[in-house]
Amino acid sequence: MEVRSMHFKATASGKLNDAVLQGAMKKAKGKFVDGRAAAVAEIDVWQPMRTHAAALRDLTIANLDAYLLEFEANATRRGAIVHWAESAAEANDIIVRIARDNAVKIATKSKSMVSEEISLNDALDAAGVEVVETDLGEYILQLAKEPPSHIVAPAVHKTKEQVADLFVAAHHKPRLTDIPSMTLEAREVLREKFLSADMGISGANFVIAETGTTLTVTNEGNADMVTTIPRIHVVVTGIEKVIPTLEDFATLIRLLPRSAIGQTVSNYLTLTTGVKGEGDLDGPEQMHIVLIDAGRTKLVGSDMQEMLRCIRCGACMNHCPVYQNVGGHAYGWVYPGPMGSVLTPTYVGIENAGDLPNAATFCGECQVVCPVKIPLPDLMRKWRERQFTQQLRPWSERAGIAVWSAFATRPTLYAWSTRVAARVAALLGGAKRRITWLPGLDGWTDGRDMPAPTGKTFRELYAARRSGGGRLL
Amino acid sequence: MKVGLFVTCLVDLVRPNIGFAALKLLEDAGCEVVVPATQTCCGQPGYNSGAREVSKTLARKVLAEFRDCDYVVAPSGSCSGQMKVHAVEDLFKGEPEEEEFRALAEKWYELSDFLLAVLRVDYTKLADERSIGTLTYHDSCSGLRELNIKAQPRVLLMDAGASINEMIDCEKCCGFGGTFSVKLGEISTRMAENKCANIRLSGAPMLVGGDLGCLLNIEGRLRRTGDETTKVAHYAEVLAGMVK
Repeated sequence: MEVRSMHFKATASGKLNDAVLQGAMKKAKGKFVDGRAAAVAEIDVWQPMRTHAAALRDLTIANLDAYLLEFEANATRRGAIVHWAESAAEANDIIVRIARDNAVKIATKSKSMVSEEISLNDALDAAGVEVVETDLGEYILQLAKEPPSHIVAPAVHKTKEQVADLFVAAHHKPRLTDIPSMTLEAREVLREKFLSADMGISGANFVIAETGTTLTVTNEGNADMVTTIPRIHVVVTGIEKVIPTLEDFATLIRLLPRSAIGQTVSNYLTLTTGVKGEGDLDGPEQMHIVLIDAGRTKLVGSDMQEMLRCIRCGACMNHCPVYQNVGGHAYGWVYPGPMGSVLTPTYVGIENAGDLPNAATFCGECQVVCPVKIPLPDLMRKWRERQFTQQLRPWSERAGIAVWSAFATRPTLYAWSTRVAARVAALLGGAKRRITWLPGLDGWTDGRDMPAPTGKTFRELYAARRSGGGRLL
Repeated sequence: MKVGLFVTCLVDLVRPNIGFAALKLLEDAGCEVVVPATQTCCGQPGYNSGAREVSKTLARKVLAEFRDCDYVVAPSGSCSGQMKVHAVEDLFKGEPEEEEFRALAEKWYELSDFLLAVLRVDYTKLADERSIGTLTYHDSCSGLRELNIKAQPRVLLMDAGASINEMIDCEKCCGFGGTFSVKLGEISTRMAENKCANIRLSGAPMLVGGDLGCLLNIEGRLRRTGDETTKVAHYAEVLAGMVK
């Protein structure tokens, strides 16, 4: 996917003034935030479970190589072929080759953010394969030719009216605006694709080492169709998705749907292990599992390793006040919100990530809701440190920090300069004691007044009162 | 009991009244308060801008300035979080100075926490003379999520006779975020506007909080949008009877 993260500030500005998007975001917030809170409240051991899950993910990542090899051995034993892709390009080459070797014309796809990372649809399209997204949200976006704005609810930024227009253009049927009828219409269109596809492509929420199973969580059941009907099933996922046992899955699945959309359990849990066996009625003849690195191993052993715990629930973005106001597209790459502010610089380079590590007030809500306790603000701050040392921030900001450091570390100079600043700012504030415009601080004063200082610093007033002797007040 | 007052750079420059209110509350409770004259800043603006080294320099400076105090108290959850959490868990973690910073963190308190947990003040006796009235309270993020400052200011305010109309999303960030408020001013302003809308909905004539950064942000937005009447004050000013 093309990286547009460097335009965060400008894109966000547009999104703040997009009334349709703002309405959609407000609607979504209630479901994500209140829904999660209610679902989490059902479990009285929620906090210990988070701690357990974080430790489980850490242990798995610490032994990533061993679990991946165990997974490969068990998946292979059940007739699957495991492919290792170091880069996005390599992953696409592998999948395009599988399609060509098997004369694939139509591929159905269930939701996969990794496939967005590697731009798989474009690669297959170029190879002459018709790719059909079958998750309803992804299907809508495919019609709209837009990337997802959310990792769990990809079309959360769209209204049903916008979707109705897209359906009219694509399906050539009368315009419907009640959601159940619209869903039925999409279902009818997709049903034909499900039945005629040669290849089914799915992501994986987890892959299980002890059984060689890949696992997909959906609410629409489309992953069941994608993984069982076509003769070829391709799983595309990141290497960090491996977990040791089915038992571990039982833990993580208690956390994932609750954190994601406040569901006790998702409607479908699709577990696929190997190819169609003897006597099986359904299942693919070929199963290919493409395990993608694309920057992940760089994180192992680094100070960003905690990010590999992520189970892609989206709670961090759902609760992020910045995301809630600007939506997912402003972030300019696959992963929006706090997780994106950490992952985007990791996977596409800090020089391409622009303002993302700074797109946070460090309010800490993301860290509090993360089911695997990723210290997202700390990781964003580490990217800020790299931006600072590599001089990637604007000169004005660097100059500001340099001036601030020079004064704050020299008490006498500081006392003198704040004396002057307090007086100047008080003058600027005038009778109403507020500053309405200040050069260099227009980011503040464009939308807010700056309450002005009263004219003297605390330290001056305190010294004066002390020299008066006795108790101060 | 010798208590060092960490005034905070914002209070020093913009609203000294909060510093004097904190001083009064501490002295009224019988503390011997010292205010080291060389104090400047806890280092958080640099820390959150990626300038790690200078934030360490400033943290060391704070450590030295308050070495002789039994306690250090700050009328800010944000600066307190910097010294109680980030200095220990990140900046000096695993370094020779870690123990010293751990000791500083142990004796460092956010003001409302100190008044309640250490001094055990009883403000019910203030109820008659203060006549605080109705207010709504904004929880500042660092105090709330790093230090668990939630009940303390409310208990103190209610003891002193305040009636609190809680606003919707009182724990939601107001959009200040230090330099964020300037770097991404438009988003910051929208977050402040959301906060102001919830303040209006609460119907309270006064917004009270515990961090001057948030208060300036919220007050700035209220005034810009024509609200000249809603009072904005630090809880220390309210408790000390020093709201201006």
